[in-house]
Amino acid sequence: MTMIPFPAPPADSAEVLVLRGEFRSFLDKLLGHRSPRQRSDNWYGFSREFSLAMGQAGYLGMTWPKQYGGHERTAFERYVVVEESLAYGAPVGAHWIADRQSGPSILKFGTEEQKQTILPRIAAGELAFGIGMSEPDSGSDLAATRTRAVRDGDLYRVTGTKVWTSFAHEADYVILFCRTSGTPADRHQGTSQLLVDLHKTPGLTIKPIIDLAGQHHFNELHFEDAAVPAANLLGAEGDGWNQVMSELAFERSGPERFLSSIELMYQLIAVLQAREDEAALATIGRLTAQLAVLRRLSRSVAAMLQARENAGLQAAIVKDVGAVWEQTLPDFARQLVDAEPDPRTAAAYAGVLANIVHNAPSWSLRGGTREILRGIIARGLGTR
Amino acid sequence: MLAEMIQRLFERSLGDSEQGLAREGQWLPGLWAEIEEMGLPLALLSEEQGGFGLSAAEQGEALRLLGQLAVPLPVIETMGANRLLASAGLELADGPAGLARADHLLLQNGRLTGTVERTAWGEHLACLAVAVGDRLYRVPRAGWTVAESGSAMNFQPRPALAIDWAVDTSAPLPHCPLAEGATLRAFQIAGALEAALDMTLEHTATRVQFGKPLQKNQVVQHELAKLAGELACATAAADLAAEALARGDLLGVAAGSLRAREAAGNGAAIATQMHGAIGFTREHRLHLYTTSLWTWRDEFGGQVHWATLLGRAARDAGEAGYWPMVTSL
Repeated sequence: MTMIPFPAPPADSAEVLVLRGEFRSFLDKLLGHRSPRQRSDNWYGFSREFSLAMGQAGYLGMTWPKQYGGHERTAFERYVVVEESLAYGAPVGAHWIADRQSGPSILKFGTEEQKQTILPRIAAGELAFGIGMSEPDSGSDLAATRTRAVRDGDLYRVTGTKVWTSFAHEADYVILFCRTSGTPADRHQGTSQLLVDLHKTPGLTIKPIIDLAGQHHFNELHFEDAAVPAANLLGAEGDGWNQVMSELAFERSGPERFLSSIELMYQLIAVLQAREDEAALATIGRLTAQLAVLRRLSRSVAAMLQARENAGLQAAIVKDVGAVWEQTLPDFARQLVDAEPDPRTAAAYAGVLANIVHNAPSWSLRGGTREILRGIIARGLGTR
Repeated sequence: MLAEMIQRLFERSLGDSEQGLAREGQWLPGLWAEIEEMGLPLALLSEEQGGFGLSAAEQGEALRLLGQLAVPLPVIETMGANRLLASAGLELADGPAGLARADHLLLQNGRLTGTVERTAWGEHLACLAVAVGDRLYRVPRAGWTVAESGSAMNFQPRPALAIDWAVDTSAPLPHCPLAEGATLRAFQIAGALEAALDMTLEHTATRVQFGKPLQKNQVVQHELAKLAGELACATAAADLAAEALARGDLLGVAAGSLRAREAAGNGAAIATQMHGAIGFTREHRLHLYTTSLWTWRDEFGGQVHWATLLGRAARDAGEAGYWPMVTSL
């Protein structure tokens, strides 16, 4: 029988309940003034000030060892902070990637010096990271990467182009996935990861890529014989593929995979306050049931990660089902409420709807496209 | 261990001919005797209540298995009725039992009268656990006649029962029979989807078209992935409903039940499509599951009933209270 186990997540402990309450108050105090439209940016909001406050309050690097600035809390305590941040539409962009995947990768593969110099600053909310994976000719097919790093004494000389790097124009580092030997035909062999300082890497230029909503968070990183200290190699040379797959595992299954449009749900409920419409309530009920079950699946994966089990298949399922939820929410909303979405209006409902409709297409692309995820799931079912 | 016993019993005693008889509405006395002998009707009771004292995970496994084996007869209804009766301190069922909420029944001069609609295998039950308002009644077989026949989508009987019974005992209602039934149905749905996924994997691996097995086609693989997603949701939904039922939270039951009902329809559609025409026949066993999924998803309160209940709570929670409500489910 094909059972894909999703173990029951533990009930919230007393500590978790306290943490949830404290963190909700923290968010209220810092962000209570933000508008629905601002909240609907979700994790595309970027605020150094907010990330520093998160760090100061001990909400970053929560599960990491204290010696690296972490707080040695459980994966579930971190989960609470992450989901409450997203549900509140907090501007988490300045710590999001670092706290979620770059920091854990450095903790797992980094040298002692890298861990000591970088991790405490991530935990303090001081360092923002971007992702250096996709290229113009290598998106889903990551192994086709062409960016090349050639060892030259104490340096790597890097040449190539990375794209879709969110906040590269504001961030401090990217973890660059690149080829250190062989050719793209070698696929997984000969790839490595480098820590690239975005402020002081000669030969690196960063150009904006404006998305269809007119926003600038994507960037193109162009490396032309750029000099990266050899000491910035992350993990082992040639081990890049395994490392990047491990990094991606941190990226899937989290609550960010279904909460991107949650502000629209709040605004929909606000509009329905004034109506007694049974059919609309039934739709809200169905959507809420789907959301509650997604959240449970996602917490199951957190339980598996906490127990150090391999949850790659489960994570792909959560992201696949979750992206459908957050992406189709505007369609349900449009069946219940007539409103012309307006990206520049101050009106809550029409403004949030516009922002969500503009951004929704990206949610089944980032972190592995829907098609890639379904391939991973099918392989997990033994079909190929 | 209970799971192994269940597996062995039904592999031995529930074949295609028994399924065919059940589909014609014929009671299977031999099979029921074996079910009772194993003690299955008591499986959800604590040891103090005379049951097995199973953990939530063990209960879930057993319930899903009953769905996975497409077990006919009112097994889970009897299990649920016994959980209600035991919690209420009433006598347990002395045979197959039904589970219903019927607020429209009349209680006058010590007699309970009226109709209980669409009760699984109603003619063959030994008793009914019926909720009327905030009381639970244990109505013995002498207390009803079959008023009108009815059938489920899997063709098993769902007659209307005309109750006329001089009440001898009743008790305060421990929890809603609809919540009990909806939770158990969610587990059956998850189990049936597991079987449907297995059959679909098997079929698409062995069926060769255009010179290759169906499942070598990416478009087929993606449908299989979606089916696995529906199975994952149904399984988690059943667990969510069961935990909510245990703490008396009707909204959690609604959430779990609703998502399982939805998965039943979505999953049945994918499995049938991936089987091609053979999935639309009685020659292939898939129909046992699809017709049962189409049965179970609309019982014990319909989708609209539960969705409106949950949606109203969400609306009442308001813009700021919505998320805290979700985290409490």
